[in-house]
Amino acid sequence: MQEQTKQLQDFASQVRRDIVRMVHAVQSGHPGGSLGCADFFTCMFNQVMNHNPSNFSMDGKGEDLFFLSNGHISPVYYSVLARVGYFPVDELNMFRKIDSRLQGHPTTHEGLPGVRIASGSLGQGLSVAIGAALSKKLNGDESIVYSLHGDGEIQEGQIWEAAMYAAGNKVDNLISTIDYNHKQIDGDIDDVLPLGSLRAKWEAFDWKVLEMNGHDINDILNTMQEAKSLTGKGKPIMIIMKTEMGQGVDFMMGTHKWHGSPPNDEQLTAALQQLEETLGDY
Amino acid sequence: MKEYPVLGKKDTRSGFGDGLTELGKKNENVVALCADLTGSLKMGDFKNNHPDRFFQVGIAEANMMGIAAGLTIGGKIPFTGTFANFSTSRVYDQIRQSIAYSDKNVKICASHAGLTLGEDGATHQVLEDLGMMKMLPNMTVINPCDYNQTKAATIAIAEHEGPVYLRFGRPKVPIFIPEDMPFEIGKAITLVEGTDVTIFATGHLVWKSLEAAKELAEKGISAEVINIHTIKPLDEKAVLESVSKTKCAVSAEEHQMAGGLGESIAQVLSRNLPTPLEMVAVNDSFGESGTPDQLMEKYGLGTSNIVEAAQNVLKRK
Repeated sequence: MQEQTKQLQDFASQVRRDIVRMVHAVQSGHPGGSLGCADFFTCMFNQVMNHNPSNFSMDGKGEDLFFLSNGHISPVYYSVLARVGYFPVDELNMFRKIDSRLQGHPTTHEGLPGVRIASGSLGQGLSVAIGAALSKKLNGDESIVYSLHGDGEIQEGQIWEAAMYAAGNKVDNLISTIDYNHKQIDGDIDDVLPLGSLRAKWEAFDWKVLEMNGHDINDILNTMQEAKSLTGKGKPIMIIMKTEMGQGVDFMMGTHKWHGSPPNDEQLTAALQQLEETLGDY
Repeated sequence: MKEYPVLGKKDTRSGFGDGLTELGKKNENVVALCADLTGSLKMGDFKNNHPDRFFQVGIAEANMMGIAAGLTIGGKIPFTGTFANFSTSRVYDQIRQSIAYSDKNVKICASHAGLTLGEDGATHQVLEDLGMMKMLPNMTVINPCDYNQTKAATIAIAEHEGPVYLRFGRPKVPIFIPEDMPFEIGKAITLVEGTDVTIFATGHLVWKSLEAAKELAEKGISAEVINIHTIKPLDEKAVLESVSKTKCAVSAEEHQMAGGLGESIAQVLSRNLPTPLEMVAVNDSFGESGTPDQLMEKYGLGTSNIVEAAQNVLKRK
């Protein structure tokens, strides 16, 4: 195994520990989707994006920007932001507590470095990412804007308004990703509101569509590299990322039940036994 | 009584359009977005002068609000333009989360507000927008009264850091605010000084309040007319100073009574200086089709309604 891949896997393992410990500590939060996106966030913030954790600025000029649209997976976002240096790792202790910058859903309002928009009410982040991408174009800034969306989230109509806009206006400095785990709060996507042919939908909206395995570090890195090479060619890029909700903790996988439920003490112990402590717990 | 000569007649939306044209020339960070109503919002000049800074989003207001929020990241000052109804109730959650809670420097510019939209009827006559917007933390809410004030307000809000809701309308109405009158956000303007009753008016009702003050003067009643162009933050000092002199007040607005200017004033008075207050506003009703004048009369927003309210409140002193 390549050294880089191992390092990223180790990082993701620690992130998964953080996630289950954070939601356990306050007995609330969303572990399922967070665990499923740990590998993606790990790759994005360690390898894919050009960004500046030690000197966060809201405008992010000259930097790649990331927008989390499905804000309920804040545990993975906070863990990765902290572990790459946006704020002290110890602050993960404050997740969902009173007087905290780590709100249940991410916000700019409490001044947490790394966050540039509030999200939680679903379907809004793609529009925001488009606006930020347009701002970069006006500023002559060749950096890339990234966004992440839940698969259930794209049931929101605003996503499709944004999809139409981005393609119609050649917003080609935008790389979006859908966390395609086929699950939402009430159950399987197919039982709640089927998405049909996801790839065909985005292609019909004139996006360039790629697919990747969201748990294969090398596939993520290679696909994101390919996506970057496709920017500036007149089309926004959508990556359909196949993931497993609850990935890394066996009893949390294969079900939607851990979308928004925390583990109890025994379940936490069982989960942590499956997740190696690689960088030191907070 | 101080007189305000009519300098002409124009729609307040043209004040917005001309203000935006001026901003386009002097501030390159100003960008504009429109949801398929460029002509109605008078944004054509800006679009033609700065095609790179104008974003036609189509009939997709939620997306427009999100794009505007994103444009602020990188230092742009976005002005969104659509009808007041589609600028508020249709996109309340987008404004709440992506703009107000996210502290984004977006200027939500809303035309065709209120009954004076006229014949299009109740679907388009939003009468709840001031209430919705003033309830949002971080939001500044402005409702200017004529062409000159709307133009001045448009230019002023570009200099203000933070989200702003700017409300204006469709019909041609008298221009009476001097072109050079400064516009200061949150600073009420005493148009006429008086001693018996204070009329607090906003938007199209300001001119009607001046007319009402003239009628009241003929009846021997000295009315003070204060133009509250900024609903939030409300100039509480101006409100309290005036009523401590007149001891009674009338509010006048083209909006639902619930949630409007009158309610804001009532709150200030009840907390600080309980004072009789009559409210000229739409009373828990939707509008309907008709000419602006017919509608203003039918729904109790005419000059005579302000006169009557003043006479009534005087009896309660």
